Amino acid sequence: MGMIRADRLYQLSVAFVLLLVGLAMIVPFFYILAVSFTDSSVYEPNKLILWPAEWSADAYKYILFGNGFNTALRSSLFVTLAGTPLALAISATFAYMVSKSYLPGRTAMLRLLVLTILFSPGLIPNYLVVRNLGLLESWWSLILPVVTNAWTVLVLKSFFQGIPQELEESAKIDGCNDMGIFMRIILPLSKAPLAAFTLFFAVAFWNTYFNAIIYINDSVKWPLQVYLQQIVLAANASRFIDSQALTQLQLGSTPPEETMKMAAVIAVMAPIVLVYPFLQKHFAQGVLIGSVKE
Amino acid sequence: MKTTAGAGWLAKPVVKSRSLQTIWRYRYLYLLGLPGIVYFIFFKYVPMYGILIAFQDYTPIKGVLESDWVGLEHFRRLFDDPDFSIIFRNTLIISLLHVLVQFPAPILLALLLNEVRWQAYKRSIQTMIYFPHFLSWVIVVSITYLMTSSEYGLINKAIEALGGERISFLLENKYFYGIVTVQGIWKDIGWGTIIYLAAIAGVNPSLYEAARLDGAGHFAQIRHVTIPSIMPTIIILFILGLGSAMEVNFEQLWLMQNPLVMKVAEVFDTYVYKTGIRSGEYSYSTAAGLFKSVIGVVLVVAANRIANKKGHEGIW
Repeated sequence: MGMIRADRLYQLSVAFVLLLVGLAMIVPFFYILAVSFTDSSVYEPNKLILWPAEWSADAYKYILFGNGFNTALRSSLFVTLAGTPLALAISATFAYMVSKSYLPGRTAMLRLLVLTILFSPGLIPNYLVVRNLGLLESWWSLILPVVTNAWTVLVLKSFFQGIPQELEESAKIDGCNDMGIFMRIILPLSKAPLAAFTLFFAVAFWNTYFNAIIYINDSVKWPLQVYLQQIVLAANASRFIDSQALTQLQLGSTPPEETMKMAAVIAVMAPIVLVYPFLQKHFAQGVLIGSVKE
Repeated sequence: MKTTAGAGWLAKPVVKSRSLQTIWRYRYLYLLGLPGIVYFIFFKYVPMYGILIAFQDYTPIKGVLESDWVGLEHFRRLFDDPDFSIIFRNTLIISLLHVLVQFPAPILLALLLNEVRWQAYKRSIQTMIYFPHFLSWVIVVSITYLMTSSEYGLINKAIEALGGERISFLLENKYFYGIVTVQGIWKDIGWGTIIYLAAIAGVNPSLYEAARLDGAGHFAQIRHVTIPSIMPTIIILFILGLGSAMEVNFEQLWLMQNPLVMKVAEVFDTYVYKTGIRSGEYSYSTAAGLFKSVIGVVLVVAANRIANKKGHEGIW
């Protein structure tokens, strides 16, 4: 009897500690949401707001209809929507090629691939390549330098190698060439890892920040992450919000700066929240295939 | 392959023609891999050639081929720079914190999650803790700012509501490493558990049964069964972690920097960005970046050798 009680106490304390960890991840968002929806009539800079006394979506209207947000949104959408399919195509085709152990030159290619994980030439040589290719100030500079990577290729390669060889052989007898086999046999069987990598790449492109500040100076071409940094951290929110939007929206007065910053954070992370259920379904698999040691 | 009149030169040396034949046979495979090959050549191997400019006085007009060679002069300048020891120290402190604090955190959390018997509860906790991994550093640093800054911070408003004095968490050196470490843990502790949970799931259940028969309690089972069983996973991830020890996160540190904390916040990556991209000293900043990369390679090779010597499998 005492043992059962001790065991229950153990379970409860474990559950409690985990609850605290889980809440630490979630609570900041509730606070940010609460402040972002607080109406300017009840907002006071020094008051602790845990729940909006008066609800208002003015801060969101102001952010979402502002020029800055929409310009940046266009960049982010282009980079994500053009980059993700391209990244999948290049990663999957290359991975399929190196998955064939009989292919001449394959061992050397794999070695050179792993070397790119171990040694990085550094920021400046990468920058000079992008510059010499004429990609500076272009959205392609946010896509092409990160359009695939050794890790993704190795994960897809080990997945492709797990597909039974007989399937490919029978297709070959039916007169299919390697390209046909890849399109008609391999891709339909690889939906799970491809779904996982679609999400990984889409999130990575959406979160692009580093490459944008290195390769793009023109603020009109900046993606949302740079816009958010300017709004929240660089303290020149006014540069990105035009008074035209204010009169058009008939808001009366500018919403408090703090509520706008919070609204901007929520707006930029909203797409991640929307795809998170799908991410969760697929990512564990992606990580675990990746952990298979070559 | 048939030799037609036009392709007759292909058939001349016998050996060559045979290897060309094999290549021709796999032409569609090579064609499939071509975009990837082009990518890795242009964006991974051409930059490796670009490292040469660390030993030159590179100017964009002259290019790598024509710029003057200066040997190790840029490295000498780097080591003589009074900022060098500060940058080196900061990079080292941040990566040590990474290895000593951030690395073990997901292991502990995975062990804890594994103890939960109610699966629905475990899954809801997992849903909460994986989420921050997918947020950008701009969002994470923005949240930090909205929580801790002296003007907007939730924590400071709470301190004031309780009658205390506001604290400038983001503007004082003494809080910097603490905040950076907490940020790193907050973002990736949950994500890090996935691989350990998988390793734990692979432990043979009869080992636990045997331990229980020997009278082992919860903690004894964790210590004598779970941890030894996942040790290979821990070691491999530790080696990989050491290999990227010099790779502090550029985005995180760049966004967390402000003039008041530069003494503790400047690291190699941000220094290279400023001297290279902003001031255009390409050769000098390439040398600084190369110095960092070489240390990284030395660390991962050394860690791998130690693991192999101790009887564990390394990463190669």
